[in-house]
Amino acid sequence: MNKFTEDDLKKELETKEYEYGFYTDIEADKFPVGLSEEVVIAISKKKNEPDWMTKWRLEAFKVWSEMKEPDWANVNYEKPKFQDISYYSAPVQKKKLDSLDEVDPELLKTFEKLGISIDEQKRLSNVAVDIVIDSVSVATTFKKTLNERGIIFMPISEAIQEHPELVKKYLGTIVPTTDNFYAALNSAVFSDGSFCYIPKGVTCPMELSTYFRINEGGTGQFERTLVIADKGSYVSYLEGCTAPARDENQLHAAVVELIALDDAEIKYSTVQNWFPGNKEGKGGIYNFVTKRGLCEKNAKISWTQVETGSAVTWKYPSCILKGDNSVGEFYSIAVTNNFQQADTGTKMIHLGNNTRSTIISKGVSAGKSQNSYRGLVQISPRAKNARNFSQCDSLLMGDQCGAHTFPYIECKNNSAQIEHEATTSKIGEDQLFYCNQRGIDTEKAIALIVNGFSKEVLNKLPMEFAVEAQKLLEISLEGSVG
Amino acid sequence: MLEIKNLHAGIDDKNILNGINLSINAGEVHAIMGPNGSGKSTLSSVIAGNETYEVTEGDVLLDNKSLLELAPEERAHKGIFLSFQYPVEIPGVTTTNFIKTAINEKRKANGLEDLPAKDMLKLIREKSELLEMDRKFLSRSLNEGFSGGEKKRNEIFQMAMLEPKLAILDETDSGLDIDALKVVANGVNKLRSKDNAVVVITHYQRLLDYIVPDFVHVLHNGKIVKSGGKELALELEKKGYDWLK
Ligand SMILES: Nc1ncnc2c1ncn2[C@@H]1O[C@H](COP(=O)(O)OP(=O)(O)OP(=O)(O)O)[C@@H](O)[C@H]1O
Ligand SMILES: [Mg+2]
Repeated sequence: MNKFTEDDLKKELETKEYEYGFYTDIEADKFPVGLSEEVVIAISKKKNEPDWMTKWRLEAFKVWSEMKEPDWANVNYEKPKFQDISYYSAPVQKKKLDSLDEVDPELLKTFEKLGISIDEQKRLSNVAVDIVIDSVSVATTFKKTLNERGIIFMPISEAIQEHPELVKKYLGTIVPTTDNFYAALNSAVFSDGSFCYIPKGVTCPMELSTYFRINEGGTGQFERTLVIADKGSYVSYLEGCTAPARDENQLHAAVVELIALDDAEIKYSTVQNWFPGNKEGKGGIYNFVTKRGLCEKNAKISWTQVETGSAVTWKYPSCILKGDNSVGEFYSIAVTNNFQQADTGTKMIHLGNNTRSTIISKGVSAGKSQNSYRGLVQISPRAKNARNFSQCDSLLMGDQCGAHTFPYIECKNNSAQIEHEATTSKIGEDQLFYCNQRGIDTEKAIALIVNGFSKEVLNKLPMEFAVEAQKLLEISLEGSVG
Repeated sequence: MLEIKNLHAGIDDKNILNGINLSINAGEVHAIMGPNGSGKSTLSSVIAGNETYEVTEGDVLLDNKSLLELAPEERAHKGIFLSFQYPVEIPGVTTTNFIKTAINEKRKANGLEDLPAKDMLKLIREKSELLEMDRKFLSRSLNEGFSGGEKKRNEIFQMAMLEPKLAILDETDSGLDIDALKVVANGVNKLRSKDNAVVVITHYQRLLDYIVPDFVHVLHNGKIVKSGGKELALELEKKGYDWLK
């Protein structure tokens, strides 16, 4: 565990408030609701896509039309009505922007409220930001610095135009269109997302980051992210999400594919704060996400996620450890409150020799929420000396919530070493009184205890994210006592 | 400063405190002694506002204002501090982070801004030196895996940081080795002033050699059965409690 240094303390003391309950008034160009081949073609056309892309989408649509929505997850919700959703919503503001001065001031204000300043400040803090608001990337910053190193970081819609060979080569190779219901849907209608390519041997000099935000009512958001780390390269990628409060359920079905070639490393961090619905369980985002990464020889992929939002979450960032000596990591904090339901975890597929994986999952449940960890560790017959360590800790608040763990282990090679630890605890009255006696009220005390509980995962986040994530945990547990 | 009037308190149907009267003035040190189970810790918990116990009669006043309606954190903000007989562990929360939060919450309640990081660090340095505390404890999870004595020293460190008006030390001496006892007692003495008061709960005279009380009270069956000066503690050490029952 990291030592709490004086610098950390200073940083922590600088934390600022964080609030998301607002709605920006930007004109949106929205498709009529419903999904059909015509809509898929229209999306593709709108984005000026080459034929191969349109075909790819149509194939996905066909596959999807024949698929059934899965129901094995430990969640209950009213299934989205796929014909009532609009599959495209872009802020009206078509022309390409060269500088921030050209961006709609309303939009800039939104970014400011989100705490993302796309200005010099971010350069100082070494963050390049790509923002997907509703469905279209509006501004990508620091392209130049990245360009100099040959790093490509742009909306995927642009990458399809400018780097078709890369997109064509990798898109859908890790998460095929046939993978699952939501991945198929995403493949057919994805509106935008981020594309990132790090050339051989290059260490990306800054954290790359994307902010996803659902603004428009009655729309679905389907981002597609593709990150390719070529041999011996390194990148740390951050993804943040927010959505304003609405009392209808909104659908979010993203696909993220990571490719770490030989000796490369990808660190992918997510702070997910989609609207969780209100206290009565009305509204909120349905978050059905497919995230998967492939590791070639000696490569490493590390997923870190802080999941506090969404009404229903269904998400299993996974690693295919194909190359010998490759490493997969999954660090997760999932907080559920009120009526939220989360079914999240990971899959570690060990194919190569000496592959290693680590899973640290922390679930915090409050209110009437249900929080499930679902994880699969699979060791293939030809994976010699594979190792896995899994630790799943649950923290319960009150007696109306639930925490569940579903660890699956499929081991087909007996040289493997697999360890699994699980704990369940409750916040003790004596702990709360102790904090109270020191002047810390119960709400704050819970935040403190939850932060402590989640520390191993929080420590994995880049510093500027860790502070925000801590605040977020605090906010999402507000009103969880009493 | 603190006035306890005919205090009755208990849990479920069980009476634990049966009419306690005690008056503590600023600048004083009071020792409370008494056999196991006589109600010493319960009394401290009730003063600190632990809702496990129900007050059935009487009152507790701080500076002439009743504390009974206040939440424990509000009492803390008014300057009540309890050094726990059994300090709890909070995994993952460093001592530094914990005390920083405590201090800033207290400041906020009293209309002050957060203490700037620089000052916080200075204060932490100063107080940990006062208690000859190894700085590595500051970055460890609060009380987690601390030895009994280390936990007690940490309690007094927190007291030093918070500078309470009224500090209640519940068996702070138990678990401390002889050298540590001196250090901790010395720390407490340094924090004493004409504006604050200390209540020391202990079974042993030894601590009172270092923190010299103005008054000694004997608690038995939830009542103060005898009060006296510091000589009373010596007498108890010799004779035990039987003669008072
Ligand atoms: N939460 C509780 N539930 C039930 N009984 C309790 C509780 N707290 C205290 N008591 C009882 O009240 C009595 C007084 O306990 P208390 O802890 O105040 O004693 P004490 O004087 O501090 O003893 P010691 O010297 O052993 O620390 C004991 O009989 C104890 O068992
Ligand atoms: Mg006691």
